[in-house]
Amino acid sequence: MSFHMVEAVGVEKQIGHQMILKGIDFTVDRGEVVSLIGPSGSGKSTFLRCINHLTKITGGYLAVDGEPVGYRRSDNKLYELSDAEVALTRAEIGMVFQRFNLFGHKTAIENVIEGPVQVKRQPVERARARAAALLERVGLSSKADAYPSQLSGGQQQRVAIARALAMDPKLMLFDEPTSALDPELVGEVLAVMKDLAADGMTMVVVTHEMAFAREVCDRVAFMDDGRVVECGPPNEVFNNPTSERARSFFARVL
Amino acid sequence: MVTHETSQDINDPPRHEHMEVVPRRSVLRFVPPLIVVFVGLALLQSVVLNPNFEWPLVGSYLFSTAILEGLATTLGLTAMCMLTGAVLGIIIAVMHRSEHWLVVGFAKVYIWFFRGTPILVQLIFWYNLAALFPNLSIGVPFGPSLFTVNTNTLITPFMAAFLGLSLNEGAYMAEIVRAGIGSVDTGQEEAARAIGMTRLRAMRRIVLPQAMPFIIPPTGNETIGMLKMTSLVSVISLSDLLYSAQTIYSRNFEVIPLLLVCCCWYLLLTSVLTVIQGRIERHYARGRHSATPQPGERT
Ligand SMILES: Nc1ncnc2c1ncn2[C@@H]1O[C@H](COP(=O)(O)OP(=O)(O)O)[C@@H](O)[C@H]1O
Ligand SMILES: [Mg+2]
Repeated sequence: MSFHMVEAVGVEKQIGHQMILKGIDFTVDRGEVVSLIGPSGSGKSTFLRCINHLTKITGGYLAVDGEPVGYRRSDNKLYELSDAEVALTRAEIGMVFQRFNLFGHKTAIENVIEGPVQVKRQPVERARARAAALLERVGLSSKADAYPSQLSGGQQQRVAIARALAMDPKLMLFDEPTSALDPELVGEVLAVMKDLAADGMTMVVVTHEMAFAREVCDRVAFMDDGRVVECGPPNEVFNNPTSERARSFFARVL
Repeated sequence: MVTHETSQDINDPPRHEHMEVVPRRSVLRFVPPLIVVFVGLALLQSVVLNPNFEWPLVGSYLFSTAILEGLATTLGLTAMCMLTGAVLGIIIAVMHRSEHWLVVGFAKVYIWFFRGTPILVQLIFWYNLAALFPNLSIGVPFGPSLFTVNTNTLITPFMAAFLGLSLNEGAYMAEIVRAGIGSVDTGQEEAARAIGMTRLRAMRRIVLPQAMPFIIPPTGNETIGMLKMTSLVSVISLSDLLYSAQTIYSRNFEVIPLLLVCCCWYLLLTSVLTVIQGRIERHYARGRHSATPQPGERT
């Protein structure tokens, strides 16, 4: 039996009295690259954090690879997982942040081996060899021993991607990976992501790079006010949006 | 052309080398240094040359066995209490960030209680614990006890001093650690959890090391404070530096010389600690401003 990689049915998230996600229906299949677009404040980051269980959903159903996020299914009951168990499920999902969030006290290669060594208990030497290969893949072999503060934004983001890949994730989440970058540095990060997509990685990408979405993504989902309003192949969604909100949004950004 | 010449003059660079610099001279400028010198000499005369201070006696007691033993107790107590206080502080600060309200509540009550009561009272309280609990036992609340000990044998003056000062220090260190953790970008913990770390491991591996530059300098201050605070333990008759001096002057009534002996030692030790603290602060200030991280920033 094969499951969707991500399956969200009526996912809700309430913080205080504010409904931030108001029932999200959304699926991602294995090997698919889907981009989430929409105005700022529409809940894109919150939804990504729910997929990774960095924050708990307050309603609906959300599963990754057939397993409900944060719970274990047994005898038709859902048992809540402990912090350590959730951490293990999270280890299989890579996440890349808008502001890179590289560990500031560690060099590039130390950032990359931190997860494999600390979480997966890999021997340091093996982890280092793998990390060196990953840094090579993102074009940064020469920067292995540099600290984040010595790297440009684009280089930091590529190290962050290598750090996520080191955990051998089955799913990668990107939260506006190029929004904090100077325009001339956007390309190098997008190139790495394209390469990943071509390699068959399942990816959910929150982005404002419409050209990237059009070229690389299998589908785009347009989010507005805590809901996925439209979802489909890029050309369809961009060229013939059905909702007024999507139409005015695309008129501004395309 | 007049205007042209004027602008020419203005644009001419002034040639400093040919100009004599005339500082402002006021007769009053001698007044402040004179006052300082006058007060200094007066103090010197009244302290150094005053026979009542009995400096020769101070000198003879400075390295006496009783004083040096007291000094050792003071130093040992300071080190032990700071160490324990720092560990407690980290634990309380981490508990403060727990997701469980009961754990957070405990941390809050701890800080509230130990910061809100005078340390002198806490010390006397620990010293008199036997009056409240004649026996201490480990066991199930309201159930059988596994192990019982007489409170008076367990709570020696040293133990009371250690408990009182460490627990109190724990509360202050908790606030320092909390502020340190707060100054690390929350994205660091989020990224650590995203690669599969538990909250505790993320704290230990990622957040705390980066909070250290914010935690260590104020901890130096705390250590200097602790050194002097240990003198309070003389009220529970623990032979620290001050109590040893008091013991001697209760016999020979040379109160002032012996207190001077204490002051000399406290001043020397706080000076040493101040120098060390200055070094550490400069080290971390450098690390934060330059792009090249310092070796100490790694761990
Ligand atoms: N921890 C939080 N507490 C309160 N409100 C929040 C929190 N996180 C996000 N929000 C709110 O949720 C809404 C959606 O935020 P976000 O998911 O960051 O949107 P997007 O990523 O699409 O810009 C915003 O209005 C934001 O203010
Ligand atoms: Mg966002």
